[in-house]
Amino acid sequence: MSGLGNITKKEIRELMTPATFVPIILVAAIFATMGNSIQGIQDQATEPPTIGIINEDTSSFGIIASDILHTRAKSVFNSTSLSELQEGLQTVKDRNGVAIIIIPENFTGRIIQEQQGTFQVYWIMRGAGIMDTISSGAVEGLIAYINTNISRELITQNSTVNASFVLSPTIRQETTYFKDREFVGISPNTISSMLSSQSLLIPIVIMMIIIMAGGIVITSMALEKENKTLETLLTLPVKRTSIVSGKIIAAAVIGLILAVIYMIGMQFYFSGFQFSVGVNLETYGIVLTSIDFIWIGLSLFLALIAGLALCMLLGTFAKNYKSAQTLTFPITMLAMIPMFITMFADFDTLPMALKIFTFAIPFSHPMLAPRALLFHDYTLVIGGLIYVAVFAIITISIVVWIFKTDRLLVGTTKFKWLALLVRRRR
Amino acid sequence: MAAIEVKNLVKRYGSTDAVKGISFSINEGEIFGLIGPNGAGKTTTLRVLATLLSINDGSVTILGYDLSKQAGEIRKLISYLPEDAGAYKNLTGRAYLQFIANFFDSKDAPTMVKKGIEITDLGKRIDDRVDTYSKGMMRRLLVGRALMTNPKLAILDEPTSGLDVINAQEIRKLVKTTAQAGTTVLLSSHNMLEVEYLCDRIALISEGKIVEEGKPKALMEKHQARNIEEVFVRTVHE
Repeated sequence: MSGLGNITKKEIRELMTPATFVPIILVAAIFATMGNSIQGIQDQATEPPTIGIINEDTSSFGIIASDILHTRAKSVFNSTSLSELQEGLQTVKDRNGVAIIIIPENFTGRIIQEQQGTFQVYWIMRGAGIMDTISSGAVEGLIAYINTNISRELITQNSTVNASFVLSPTIRQETTYFKDREFVGISPNTISSMLSSQSLLIPIVIMMIIIMAGGIVITSMALEKENKTLETLLTLPVKRTSIVSGKIIAAAVIGLILAVIYMIGMQFYFSGFQFSVGVNLETYGIVLTSIDFIWIGLSLFLALIAGLALCMLLGTFAKNYKSAQTLTFPITMLAMIPMFITMFADFDTLPMALKIFTFAIPFSHPMLAPRALLFHDYTLVIGGLIYVAVFAIITISIVVWIFKTDRLLVGTTKFKWLALLVRRRR
Repeated sequence: MAAIEVKNLVKRYGSTDAVKGISFSINEGEIFGLIGPNGAGKTTTLRVLATLLSINDGSVTILGYDLSKQAGEIRKLISYLPEDAGAYKNLTGRAYLQFIANFFDSKDAPTMVKKGIEITDLGKRIDDRVDTYSKGMMRRLLVGRALMTNPKLAILDEPTSGLDVINAQEIRKLVKTTAQAGTTVLLSSHNMLEVEYLCDRIALISEGKIVEEGKPKALMEKHQARNIEEVFVRTVHE
């Protein structure tokens, strides 16, 4: 065999390991799942939205609007009287609808007088994620379509009509119901945009802290073994709990310092993208108080401790720096998954299985906490804190137990797949 | 009183018996050598005695403490030097010694560091980072670390492994001096001359069992050998 062939064959044999392929297969699987979710969103967008219609206007433009709504949306409540609004809202809500649209009595009359006809839209908002606002976006598109049709009709009827009026013959008066609150004059998209702009930075920063500090812990354990310092450390008069805690605290401190540096840079980066939607949610009582920030800080601290304990657990399997790099992958994934979920969806509107999965990841909780606190959902925040604290205590106990056994030095493990992965990487 | 009392010690790795029921005792202030071929169970035995590994069967008493129940107490009194030990590369030699001394009584720490620096004899290089040290300098630092804490028992796995003649000789002298000061020393070595020079008594270990034990001279007489190397070959391979 030629030198080139010999070397190529050897290199391929060394690279054909589970450690090389498992991470990329997992990444591919995650992206495939995300692709399916996006496809689901597209399907949802193409489906007619479920609405209720109250049409008090029996004249021409009212009929045009009503016909378009009936044709292009799935109407689950129809009425001609505003007095049935509450009943309509309840029906639409029960049928998972998105809004009830009211065409008032003077709708046509105002348009004929070249005054904007008013749609009264009562939105039923279920979640603040991007996915949750798809349906409301579809209704907004429908209203825009009605607007275009009325414009066309106006031009057909009277070519001398006021140009600026004809481009926008209707207007919306909106009220959004979200988490048992009434937001007068705001659409779901506006609320979603505001909440996203307020909380976009937090998941990214948390993800970076976890990845950075987690990497530090796993690498620290790997280097203790690679540099042959672990055996000495374990024979010194120091409690195993102190060794584990010391490593976690040090990594948490360094991780937080790195996060602050990172956050400063990201703050400038995101300030370039922030935009004003002309609404201040503070006026609706949606604002984080200083007490809320303490809750978020506590949630972040516990998640960091839990995450680092998990990293320590993984680090006990690391034999050297190279295998440590492999072991940071699951942590990276665990930090990225809740970040994407909180960006695209609202925890409350997730399917139950995904809800449990998200809740089970300790890193999810500081990402979920800000939005939950904005709406005073302390059950989720406190429940999350208790869960993460228990998770951290159990994980640290397992790590301390491993430190007291032969496993740390001898490397025997019942997790055969992990042992195989690490061994191949060595 | 015996510094170490080992009775029927058994240590298994999965289904493999690394140590198969060995027994020996070491008196206080004695230098005891554990000798055997690669894979005989020397390092496993030392790791067990250094509180790193648990035992599967038998009993071990170190300085009056039961190894299985009082490992924490034992760690206050012993010092272990693994064969291929290292130090934290980002620290200077002095900082490394300080780090180790901080685990002991705080009022003794400065004296320990001072003693450690004297043992290492690294001069100004003690303030250089560990990752700039040669293998000999690193080993001297580690020996200094192991002996500066005034341990009642020093467990040294191949203390002169990989060192040149001069460095090895210096470390042997150090071990001898330490024992004379009252520290019990348990060491393993492949170097038969070293064993003969240093050890008051030795045990030959093969395939997890002690096959011979006694004073070097007595063993040479018993096996009509000119040196320990011949005793080793005859007991282990014949």
